[in-house]
Amino acid sequence: MKFRRFYAIFRKEGMHIVRDWRSLGLALAIPAMLLLLFGYALTLDVDKIPTAVYDQDRTPQSRDLIAHFQGSRYFHITDLNATYSSIEKSINKSNVIVGIVIPKDFGRTILSSGAAQVQLILDGADSNTASIAIGYANALVATYSGEVRDRELSRRGTPKVKLPVDVRVRMLYNPELKSKNFIIPGLISVILMLVAAMLTSLTIAREWESGTMEQLLSTPVRPIELLMGKLCAYFVLGMADMVLALVLGMGVFKVPLHGSTLLLGISSMLYLFGALCWGILISTIARSQQVAFQISLLTSFLPAFLLSGFIYSLDNMPWIIQQISRIFPARYFVAILQGVFLKGIGFGLLWSNLLFLLIYAMVVFVIANKKLRPKIA
Amino acid sequence: MWERIYEILKKEIRQALRDPKLRATMFFPPVMQILVFGFAVSLDVNNVKLGWLDMDQTEQSRSLLHGFQGTSYFSLTGVAHSEKEAQALLDNGTADAVVRVPYNFGADVSKMKQTEVQVLVDGSNSNTASIVSNYITSVISGFNAKTLSSQRGARLVAASRNGPVLLAAPSVEAETRVWFNPDLKSRNYFIPGILVNIIMIVTLNLTAMSIVREKEIGTMEQIMVTPIRPIELMIGKTLPFALIGFIDSVFVTVLALLIFHVPFRGSALLLIGAAALFLLSMLGMGLFLSTISHTQQQASMTSFFFIQPAFMLSGFTFPIRNMPAPIQWLTYLNPLRYFMDIVRGVFLKGAGIDALWSQMLLLGIFGVAILVSSALRFHKRLD
Repeated sequence: MKFRRFYAIFRKEGMHIVRDWRSLGLALAIPAMLLLLFGYALTLDVDKIPTAVYDQDRTPQSRDLIAHFQGSRYFHITDLNATYSSIEKSINKSNVIVGIVIPKDFGRTILSSGAAQVQLILDGADSNTASIAIGYANALVATYSGEVRDRELSRRGTPKVKLPVDVRVRMLYNPELKSKNFIIPGLISVILMLVAAMLTSLTIAREWESGTMEQLLSTPVRPIELLMGKLCAYFVLGMADMVLALVLGMGVFKVPLHGSTLLLGISSMLYLFGALCWGILISTIARSQQVAFQISLLTSFLPAFLLSGFIYSLDNMPWIIQQISRIFPARYFVAILQGVFLKGIGFGLLWSNLLFLLIYAMVVFVIANKKLRPKIA
Repeated sequence: MWERIYEILKKEIRQALRDPKLRATMFFPPVMQILVFGFAVSLDVNNVKLGWLDMDQTEQSRSLLHGFQGTSYFSLTGVAHSEKEAQALLDNGTADAVVRVPYNFGADVSKMKQTEVQVLVDGSNSNTASIVSNYITSVISGFNAKTLSSQRGARLVAASRNGPVLLAAPSVEAETRVWFNPDLKSRNYFIPGILVNIIMIVTLNLTAMSIVREKEIGTMEQIMVTPIRPIELMIGKTLPFALIGFIDSVFVTVLALLIFHVPFRGSALLLIGAAALFLLSMLGMGLFLSTISHTQQQASMTSFFFIQPAFMLSGFTFPIRNMPAPIQWLTYLNPLRYFMDIVRGVFLKGAGIDALWSQMLLLGIFGVAILVSSALRFHKRLD
């Protein structure tokens, strides 16, 4: 491998990237757009759940219970004068997710020390919001139930009944439970995969399509020099995206970084290198942009998006899908990213993930190098 | 005119079916997507990895542990003997949550003195964390209720020697009824949404790509010297992909029903009608993309640039309700939002035209507007 020829290829690729403003713009604009979307617009945090109330009782007790819901930031009461049919209609139109129905004898039952019932009707279609809403609603009703009981017992002069076990839940790593704190670090893996595998495979497939690859062949450039030159040019672009992600994520969206920057840097480079080699490998197999796009979408973007634990937790997937996810580097990198950003854990716990990224990068590099050779020769 | 459209159609379909790779891209990715998405996309928490730090080791603490093991949600993945080990279980991801039972737990419980159980939850995935914390709290409330009732029984026996004691205290219970998806499976919510994504990707991409490819390899000029008029070319270029989009969506719906047993409660006719309206927007977008792209790479990157945010802002995973207000207004311009509502309404709620007419109407307006303006632009570009 001669440095001069490698450098010539590197410069040529660099010029290609800079000159094609659209590819360059997209290579930087898509990541920026994804970061803005996930940092600003998209959140899984459930609050202000639209709620309708059907109060058949209209006693101080029922109003007291409603006040508990009004005071909670998780519920937003949109309709205080609902009826069964209006709740049904609103849920059908997805205007309301929770319906609270307070039966006629609610206040009387409480006054006569009975067990009063409240009916909660939930739109289960969005199961995630519904299950979180059930948790909040049950907790509110339980709190109210405790208050009512204590009030009655103190009126009677009997000692208050304390719950035998008091639960103290402490959230580690992400105490405010903000979804962006785990989504943005994971997003880095999607962004790098996007730029590396997709953009690279497309650009090189274009060279095959338009025949400029053959022109390169007639020069004394050797495959390894060609490979390295292209890799390095896109590597620079990928690293620029990495920096963009860090600046936006940490600077603008205030995602905390608890772990080591060095570990973050090393793992990103390994991952990026592997992804780039994968992109080149795709282009040598596909040879046409349309096919390269489809293959890279299926083998790089989708796994990085879905099979990485970036939004959807891997633990809850069927066994076979979990095994498939092990073939792709994204899940290892997402584990590193979330570990370094949120948990602040180091090499001691993450070495196996790093090792996989290294092996993956080397294997794909060797194959890409081999695949490129016979096509050139 | 129809003759020429027919010829273009024939050419397009032949071209699309001739290339084995292209043929594969029409049907293979949708199947892959429905399978991968269907199995992978879930926000359910079915299996909580529980760590246990029992400093008490009494009958009572073991009974609390049985409470956890008695539900199908928890599996005990680690037993810690110190705070440090508990932290390690969470650090390396062996456990999603660690329950820490304090020293005199058993003694306090039998003395009817309040005791405190600490729960450490890995909050890094905030969504999982809040569900995990709900599950744990409900298991402990179950334990509380059981203990309280046995205590009450004991007190009643003790107190009854001096005459009856009124122990009944008022309480309020929530009776929960979940509609449409009683098992709260997120798969039922996501799979209909995937249909939207697949139709979009297939039709938008194929339309844009097939036109841009002709431009790129120079056959567009050859077509233009023939007597074919732009409108005929457009119809010939979009109809085959509309057809493929339809076939794909029926295919994917059948797969969704067969493999994932997603309920389908509404009218198939309504869904087909909505899909046709949605296709108008997508074909229009495809045409539009083809007018702003010169190479297939540009087309695919640009389409990606449209598809990604449109999909993200459609309410597929992230509820539109939770977005900041300006973004929520923006989503009103997104045809996917309406189609997503319709598809989910039809599949899960059995909603009819009376609940969905506004979405249908807007989808139709957007479809016609996008298709007509793209067609005009396309027409101008060709002249």
